[in-house]
Amino acid sequence: MVWRNLGRAALYLGPSLLVFTLFVFYPLIKSIRLSMHETNIIGVEKYYVGFSQYVEIFTAGNFGHNLWLTFLFTVYTVIPGLIIGMGLAYIANWRLKGIGLFRTIFASPLVIAVASASMIWMLLFNPSAGIFTFFLSKFGLSQVNWLSDPKWALFSVCVVSVWRALGFNTIVLLSGLQAIPEQLYESARIDGAGSFRQFKDITLPMMSPTLFFVFIVSVINALQTFGEINILTQGGPAGATNVIVYSIYREAFFNFHFSFASAQAIVLFLIILVLTALEFLILEKKVFYK
Amino acid sequence: MKKMITAGQYLILATASLILLFPVIYAILVSLQSASESVSYPPVFIPAQLNWQSYVKAMQTAPIFRFIFNSFVVSVIVTVGQLITASLAAYAFSFLTFPGRNAIFYVFLSTMMIPWEVTIIPNYFTIRELNWLDTYQGLAVPFLASAFGTFLLRQAFMTLPRELYDAARIDGCGHFRFFLTMVLPLSRPALGTLAVYSFLMTYNQYLWPLLVTNKDTMRTVQIGLAMLQWDQAAAWNSIMAGVILVCLPAALLLIVGQKQLVRGMTAGAVKG
Repeated sequence: MVWRNLGRAALYLGPSLLVFTLFVFYPLIKSIRLSMHETNIIGVEKYYVGFSQYVEIFTAGNFGHNLWLTFLFTVYTVIPGLIIGMGLAYIANWRLKGIGLFRTIFASPLVIAVASASMIWMLLFNPSAGIFTFFLSKFGLSQVNWLSDPKWALFSVCVVSVWRALGFNTIVLLSGLQAIPEQLYESARIDGAGSFRQFKDITLPMMSPTLFFVFIVSVINALQTFGEINILTQGGPAGATNVIVYSIYREAFFNFHFSFASAQAIVLFLIILVLTALEFLILEKKVFYK
Repeated sequence: MKKMITAGQYLILATASLILLFPVIYAILVSLQSASESVSYPPVFIPAQLNWQSYVKAMQTAPIFRFIFNSFVVSVIVTVGQLITASLAAYAFSFLTFPGRNAIFYVFLSTMMIPWEVTIIPNYFTIRELNWLDTYQGLAVPFLASAFGTFLLRQAFMTLPRELYDAARIDGCGHFRFFLTMVLPLSRPALGTLAVYSFLMTYNQYLWPLLVTNKDTMRTVQIGLAMLQWDQAAAWNSIMAGVILVCLPAALLLIVGQKQLVRGMTAGAVKG
């Protein structure tokens, strides 16, 4: 009986397990192998080199610097994304006629793919005829080369990323707000709590699991940013926006240094693994203690 | 007083919407300008006359409908594939008892901790070995299973009453028939959520199609857009026309499937 059930389960789970084995688990192991071998130009392993690639990425190349840039990029996108998203979710939660329309508008950056969004922002950032240059001149400020000035490029790409993230952040945070029972606010009002007290003592604590979820998802997304960089700056100017996934892509598919790129990818994997594990642990706890 | 507050709230909502949508509105306006308007300084906002020529120009510069068609084919394959694999797996996790069920569940869970970027180099080798570069199967097959989809559907299947299952078993209904005729029809909302979600994710993919397609005829929308940018003759108006064309299907999906999409997005956040 047990074995018959196991056989049946294998039929139902087989298709998924096959795809996961071929395109998730095998490549993960293969990436680890590649990172410990010297490879040739088409990616065939030549000889075993142990952990020397890992030593090399942190000592020889720009990888340490690129990790730092990725960290900055993450801070600059996740925190504004959370704050603005929270603001939008708060006003989208007002009970008004036609609020559904505003909710759809706030969700809309979600459906605009990274390439389309980057093209639109390239137009806005355009130094000769761009709209930002125009606005700056209106205020008597000098022109900024948003994408070609190393001081500004990372900031400019962050603006695009924050804008793209707002749809997801607002939707999820709004659902968190809607899940807070109305009675809590009612009894707080009876006790004479003002709207700031209500926000501080009810909204924020009740929202903490949702905020934490959005925080972790945003951090993981920021660590994996690629499209904006590839379209807007190609990692430049002078490496100012060379974040980790872009650096992996260049190393592998332009320099054909597959083992070196794989070592970088494994470092990214470890960082994300820790973050995801943290997410599961803390979110599970929150659910159990409710 | 109450009316004043309401008016103030609408004003805030409208202002926020305008700022948020400004890039999109401006892109639409530029797409309707003439080529010279779109590159002039100070920038033109409202075109002197509606200029649909830019859309024609965009379609001449790049086979945009071909790109949209390619993306549709890949998105449909991935969506249907994920619906099949995820619902089968979710059924096993919610209605079958077998040794090692929890262990295999953790195996599924673990795939969510492995970012796609980490596996991309070996996956590229695999697709190259299979001679699947520049093919629909190369674009779609790696995404035919989804741990997220499995969880979403498992959640839905577990809400079905146990009595339903017992009654079906007493009537001599086998597992597969029960799955097809009872579980799937009763879980339509969750299936809809997964369908909308995976369609949109695939339609908007960037890095993978960039790696595995080279021929113009096999490019998907997000990669194809770059062709407009490379063409020196193309002005901003036709580039924006291309962007708008490419965004239309996804925008329609947001309007039609917003409820499903929201459910998909929030599935991970609000538990229990």
